[in-house]
Amino acid sequence: MSAFLSDTALLFGRYARQTLRSKFQMLFGALMPLLYLVFFGPLLTGLPLGTQGDSWQVLVPGLLLQLGLFGALFAGFSVIIEQQSGVLERMRAAPVSRLALLLGRVLRDAALFVFQAVLVVLAATALGLRAPLAGVLIGFAFVGVLTTALASLSYALALKVSRPHDFGPLINGLSMPSMLLSGLMLPMALAPGWLDALSHLMPFRYVVDAMRAGYVGDYTGTAMLYGVLMSAALVAAAVTVGTRVFRRAGA
Amino acid sequence: MAIISTAGLTRTFSTKAGPVEAVRGIDLTVERGEILGFLGPNGAGKTTTLRMLTTLLAPTGGAATVAGHDLLRDPAGVRRRIGYVAQSGGVDPQVSVREELVTQGRLYRLPRAEAAARAEELARDLSLTDLMDRTCAALSGGQRRRLDIAMGLTHRPEVLFLDEPTTGLDPGSRADLWDLVRRLRDEYGTTVFLTTHYLDEADALSDRLVVVDKGRVAAEGTPSALKLRYGGSIDATLQDTFLAITGRTPAPVDTTPVAV
Ligand SMILES: Nc1ncnc2c1ncn2[C@@H]1O[C@H](COP(=O)(O)OP(=O)(O)OP(=O)(O)O)[C@@H](O)[C@H]1O
Ligand SMILES: [Mg+2]
Repeated sequence: MSAFLSDTALLFGRYARQTLRSKFQMLFGALMPLLYLVFFGPLLTGLPLGTQGDSWQVLVPGLLLQLGLFGALFAGFSVIIEQQSGVLERMRAAPVSRLALLLGRVLRDAALFVFQAVLVVLAATALGLRAPLAGVLIGFAFVGVLTTALASLSYALALKVSRPHDFGPLINGLSMPSMLLSGLMLPMALAPGWLDALSHLMPFRYVVDAMRAGYVGDYTGTAMLYGVLMSAALVAAAVTVGTRVFRRAGA
Repeated sequence: MAIISTAGLTRTFSTKAGPVEAVRGIDLTVERGEILGFLGPNGAGKTTTLRMLTTLLAPTGGAATVAGHDLLRDPAGVRRRIGYVAQSGGVDPQVSVREELVTQGRLYRLPRAEAAARAEELARDLSLTDLMDRTCAALSGGQRRRLDIAMGLTHRPEVLFLDEPTTGLDPGSRADLWDLVRRLRDEYGTTVFLTTHYLDEADALSDRLVVVDKGRVAAEGTPSALKLRYGGSIDATLQDTFLAITGRTPAPVDTTPVAV
């Protein structure tokens, strides 16, 4: 157990240093949500969105998940590079826990996306967001858990397809519909029945609903419960799949 | 007791173009402290065999024990005792030489201070001391190869797998590596399993040779025994012996070995 923790910390440190070396990598992910905040957010302020809270309380959780979704799903590119340079195989030949090989990487990703989420929330506060602190912190926790899950899946997929020109289109094909169908930009409360029903098949739908509930101070309703359960199930499944792929990769 | 033994080790890759039988049932044993030269033409299955013995690739058939641990049942036990230098290396271009060496030590569970000291020691052994603060991207091909080798030695493994370790090294570095390999064996009893296409190297360094061809063992024995048996005389070149074993067109009698 302590070996597993120190392996994870060691690899986390290696990848965190890698990220800290690149200011571009640290900030770029926050750029798209910031653009949405500034140029799209003001359009919503007067609109009836069919939900509790004002438009910022609806939009910001969606933007944070959008940030996490796009960022984490593309995380797999880095492991394709490591596979091609032989770094991954060298690590797999070492007596390192396979779970640590995955977690060292995805925890760096999760930390990066939570950091970017903080930047977005600070900017949103300047623009007019008012939400309870506890709800905002719960929101960051959701971003952390969700990006851990998505980055794990991304690494697993990347090692399965192993070619960047197959991986890119695959991820694009997954992330766009996931974003639209989860109601990240506008709440699904506005949707016709069929679209609302369809969106309930998307795991992120529950997560964004829970985050929005948190942003209006509703911590004990069913939305929060479903969001927590869905995130827990997602992260457990994704980490299991990811670890298995790290065990077998390279055939 | 053999430190490596394999029985019918097999690996078939499935590709779009059909199955590729890279390794078709290899039986071999290596004794503790032995330097084994693992030879064979391009595509013979050397790297595939090494990747199986180092737990990186699951065999599709057969079994093996390495350093007292079963390859399939206890891969973690195997990993603790072996070092592996891959044919194409494995360092991150953005990371400094020092960071790679220290992290590698830590991956093999050396305490922090010991990992740092070991990195310095390896840098001395492989003439990397002046390069420690460069990024790996800023190394020449041969310097990077020396770093790859240093990475494989970090934890003083009982069994060391070297896949074409000296490809790209200048003659001086090559001679240094030969000395290092002999020293590892003499001082620490390390077993070394190495592939090479330089037959002078195989001849000078190996206690015993195993020649594979098309995924099977084609011949094995000491360099002199193989020369006598396949090359016609103990004075035959290993080049002619190798060509005779692998059934490639025999070289004209007076050709000097191409290996430098
Ligand atoms: N991942 C793979 N998928 C499909 N075929 C493979 C794969 N890896 C190796 N092969 C094939 O298996 C055979 C053995 O390859 P291997 O790399 O073991 O040869 P080698 O003896 O190391 O050759 P070299 O001296 O050129 O390094 C080759 O025909 C190779 O094309
Ligand atoms: Mg090879």
